Amino acid sequence: MIQVEGLTKRYARNVAVDHVSFSVEKGQIVGFLGPNGAGKTTTMRMLTCFMPPTEGTATIAGFDVIKQPLEVKKRIGYLPETPPVYPDMEVGEYLQFVARIKGVAEKDVLARSQEVATRCFVKDVWSKLIGKLSKGYRQRVGLAQAIIHNPDVLILDEPTSGFDPKQIIETRDLIKSLAGDHTIVLSTHILQEVKAMCESLVIINKGKIATSGRLDDLTRRNGAVLEVSVPEGASSSDEITAPFEGIEGVTAVTASDDGGLWRVDVDTATDADLRPKLAQIVLGKGWNLYRLDAAAVSLDDMFLRLTAAAEEVGQ
Amino acid sequence: MRNVLTIARKELNAYFQSPIAYVLIGAYAAMFGYFFWSLVYFFVRASMQAQMTGRTMPMNLNELVIRNLLGNCGVLCLFMIPMLTMRLFAEEKSRGTMELLLTSPLKDWEILLGKWVGAVGMYASLLLFSGLNLVFLFAYGKPDWKPLAVGYLGLLLQGAAMLALGMFLSSVTSNQIAAAFSTFVLLLLLWVFEWMSNMDQNMLTEVLTYVSLLRHNESFIKGVIDLKDTLYYLSVSFLGLFLTARSLESLRYRG
Repeated sequence: MIQVEGLTKRYARNVAVDHVSFSVEKGQIVGFLGPNGAGKTTTMRMLTCFMPPTEGTATIAGFDVIKQPLEVKKRIGYLPETPPVYPDMEVGEYLQFVARIKGVAEKDVLARSQEVATRCFVKDVWSKLIGKLSKGYRQRVGLAQAIIHNPDVLILDEPTSGFDPKQIIETRDLIKSLAGDHTIVLSTHILQEVKAMCESLVIINKGKIATSGRLDDLTRRNGAVLEVSVPEGASSSDEITAPFEGIEGVTAVTASDDGGLWRVDVDTATDADLRPKLAQIVLGKGWNLYRLDAAAVSLDDMFLRLTAAAEEVGQ
Repeated sequence: MRNVLTIARKELNAYFQSPIAYVLIGAYAAMFGYFFWSLVYFFVRASMQAQMTGRTMPMNLNELVIRNLLGNCGVLCLFMIPMLTMRLFAEEKSRGTMELLLTSPLKDWEILLGKWVGAVGMYASLLLFSGLNLVFLFAYGKPDWKPLAVGYLGLLLQGAAMLALGMFLSSVTSNQIAAAFSTFVLLLLLWVFEWMSNMDQNMLTEVLTYVSLLRHNESFIKGVIDLKDTLYYLSVSFLGLFLTARSLESLRYRG
């Protein structure tokens, strides 16, 4: 649905976005993650045809952002960082205005506006001035505006900033419910948000892509974690680690005792999933198995590592 | 076309949703009312004096009242137009709504044409209010309506040209005060270029005189539709719209 290749934005003195490439499948939610000033907003602005790239191309739903901007704009809903609302307009009036400039047919304008107002929980403030609304409401009016023409692609720049916890949960549910019909790119610097919503991830730092891929792939580490207990009691950690050391590809096994519950970390050199084999061994020994997981890196650690590493290179 | 009208309607509503429309209409009505009252007062006194001295002078409402009135209106534009144009783009930029317009499936010219039409509509409603005073002229005298209509057409054309220039200046900044003040200075300059007509005749003074905005209104106020003056106002309008289009394009590149 979205293909980005070598996208670059250069200003007179600095490079805001430097040869960024990634692609997004239809119906996916992609998190665009990076520290403040990493180039997230600039990339989004190029995807939405707000500004042309200096170099590179991006195609959205098969249309080029440089050559066919009108076609792209028809298929994109965009919520910028500050919701683009007119404080002097009423919510309903505003939504109808946006529906018209987004090309919704005149006979559908009212129905469509009411539909998105209901969907984004702003129906109760339909005839209130936007300037009188709280920040959370204004943000949701912004979201309603973005989906009003039922676009294929939604681009959301920090959609939950300024929300209270309840609103954050509601908005996340709303965004998740939009995936499937819509392909969603959302930028954020809140890591929980990515974990809660996104299937894949693009981490950007200093205008360059630090890493990208599916969330599970990125956070998976080769190996597994087990929690077992030995009914008759184990004398030492060697007794626990010994059965696993013989498995092909295993590089290291460590075990630690936590009040009778042993936590075992098995590291492997290959991509192969050892979990079935590990389970067999545990059960064969007559131990009790409490937990068996693929080892994972926490997203926070990965994010900090990637952004810090680039910082050192930069210096 | 639908896009242009949608934007124009939004602009017109925006004037009436903010205090701007009411302040301007009030101020315009007050100034116009004062001009009207003083001109009619002089006219009435002059005609009474003429009767008392027994000299029958031809007294013409069109010539003595309407012509001066419309001439003053042209000058009034100088102060009104910057107030109308300052928010057109500067406000959108400072509020971030520019991003909405530029990422909607609209062509740049649809956006700026819509905004211009909206502003011209607002200016026309100012003119309409001034017309209320003239009802009294028709009630108590017999002015000729045709030169009056031509005079108003001239004011509309002149206003449209000034609005286009003001819109351009509003598109180069996100500060409304800066937009208003630069528009005021530009219009003032274009007005005072008229003085050049009193100086030595040479290439420069002739060009500057011709460029002067208000000078082209004179024929309209006299009740004559001059093709040359009409074309002048239309070209200035076009120039303003064209410059705005270039400025929007550069905005995209600068972000």
